[in-house]
Amino acid sequence: MTLTAPAPAAETPRSRRRAPRPVQRVRDSYRRYWYAYAMVAPVVIVLGVLVGYPLARGFYLTLTDANSLNSARTIGVNTIDATYKFIGLDNYAEILWGPAAYDRFWSHFVWTIVWTVTCVVLHYVIGLGLAMLLNQRLRGRVAYRLLLILPWAVPTFVTVFAWRIMLADAGVINSMIGAIGLAEPSWLEDPTWQRTAAILVNTWCGVPFMMLSLLGGLQSIDENLYEAAEIDGASAWQRFRHVTLPGLSSVSSTVVLLGVIWTFNQFAIIFLLFGNTAPDAQILVTWAYRLGFGQQPRDFAMSAAYGVLLLAILIVFTSFYYRWLKRNDQLA
Amino acid sequence: MTSSPSTHAPRKQRRRGDLGPVGQVGTHVTLAVASLIALFPIVWLVYLSLGPDKDDYLHPGGIFAKATLDNYSFVLTNTAFFNWLWSTLVVAGGTTLFGVMSAATTGYAVSRMRFPGHRPLMWVLLLTQAFPIAVLIVPMYEIFSQLRLVDSHLGLILVNCTTIVPYCSWLLKGYFDTIPVELDEAGMIDGLTPFGTFWRLILPLARPGLAVAAFYAFITAFAEVAFASTFLLDDSKYTFAVGLQSFISEHDAQWNLMAATAVLIAIPVTVFFYLVQRHVVTGLTAGSVKG
Repeated sequence: MTLTAPAPAAETPRSRRRAPRPVQRVRDSYRRYWYAYAMVAPVVIVLGVLVGYPLARGFYLTLTDANSLNSARTIGVNTIDATYKFIGLDNYAEILWGPAAYDRFWSHFVWTIVWTVTCVVLHYVIGLGLAMLLNQRLRGRVAYRLLLILPWAVPTFVTVFAWRIMLADAGVINSMIGAIGLAEPSWLEDPTWQRTAAILVNTWCGVPFMMLSLLGGLQSIDENLYEAAEIDGASAWQRFRHVTLPGLSSVSSTVVLLGVIWTFNQFAIIFLLFGNTAPDAQILVTWAYRLGFGQQPRDFAMSAAYGVLLLAILIVFTSFYYRWLKRNDQLA
Repeated sequence: MTSSPSTHAPRKQRRRGDLGPVGQVGTHVTLAVASLIALFPIVWLVYLSLGPDKDDYLHPGGIFAKATLDNYSFVLTNTAFFNWLWSTLVVAGGTTLFGVMSAATTGYAVSRMRFPGHRPLMWVLLLTQAFPIAVLIVPMYEIFSQLRLVDSHLGLILVNCTTIVPYCSWLLKGYFDTIPVELDEAGMIDGLTPFGTFWRLILPLARPGLAVAAFYAFITAFAEVAFASTFLLDDSKYTFAVGLQSFISEHDAQWNLMAATAVLIAIPVTVFFYLVQRHVVTGLTAGSVKG
């Protein structure tokens, strides 16, 4: 993080000339940094046009009552102009404390948090466990590694359908459960089982990435540390606690952050697993999509408002996470 | 990333890493069970794709007796499979090309140069990766329907770029970070401009990183579901991610055909993925694994 190639050039002029006038400073800054700006220009333009503008537009939509009946649309060759009107913060008020706030927002909010935490914990624990097993000297570990990556290698939209077949009422999973004499859950109909199924599938999809990243991290830990710990009489648990976990901390913090963001925003799995059924298993992202595109009339304003709220949640989370990481680094 | 523990001095009697017999068996059993769980859904899908009837998944035992490749030939000859293939390649290829090209210089600038606005830019790049699709999908839809970009491949490429571009920039920054700065300095001393250094020295060295970014962009665009489901209307323009859903409508679920199509899609992608997966992980966590 401390790679500053052009830094020396940046230091010298300042020490020679002191307190340049503002115009001069802008000119200096331009001369010094124009190539940096030129190099980031494509991305800045792309993000501005494709992200910034729609985002601003989307935010404006949340302050209106836009839906598919009053938005601008084209039918054949006729263009109908938008007729939605500005209603201020009403959408947010309705989502957060309107009469249906619990059913529509808070229940999904709670479930989204439960879903994210459960999935990431499962990803991390199972991933770390498998990574540690694979990090040993072991016959066939390359083969195991390749097999275990499979869920990650196959496109999600393919595997979710495989799971849908397997979890169907008379599918293979229920046949197996039935064969050992247990009650067969209706995975795709009952709300609790729908949620379980969603977590199950997402865990299956997400473990390989964690496993591979953590395996990379494990391999970068210096063997001598273990040797030293062993000589000092550290037990296996103590070695894990005081050598392995600290050695993994930087990888862990990255993959956990990615994991939380990906899981929180996980669209494909729930969308493809349940289609338009299962209102209870929808996390906020899929619920927002449903409001905007899965019903008639499409409620664009509400959907966008959900989107803005989701983004706010993620921004708050990410900044706290960063602050927390920084504090921990200082302690270490 | 080339640290191989085995290059150290011979350590035959080392205890760590050598398990007792119980540990050996336990490890193998755990890994075997995990591998089985990892493998099973795919194997099952392949198996079901051989059953000729759409309800065969309900009594899979019967498939053994009547296994055929009919589903495959049906999918290849009577469905829009090749249209979907073309759409998917156009969308994923376009996204990759556009994404990687615009991201490369930014990744380099962010990795090497400390310019005013550097931090906010990093923050925006990171934040954009965290965007829930729900934030952009509605306004994009509105804007695109005015621009008549709904139901066009170009439109889908553009929406995909909202996630791919920041991601690739970040990924490439990680890769550029691993290239020693001394090279840049050497380039400067030899009289190269920053662009020259980037173009003549760093870019050729970063080829593996570019490949990973390209691969990642391709795979992500390939498997993208939400945007594709919303922005594509005409079923001959579907990408695979949308096309596959069309086998299971509310009225009729043709699981057998779906399974066959899924296998046809998954096999090349999976093989491709295996070839490069090591680099992908390195790329994704670059900077943090170095410790």
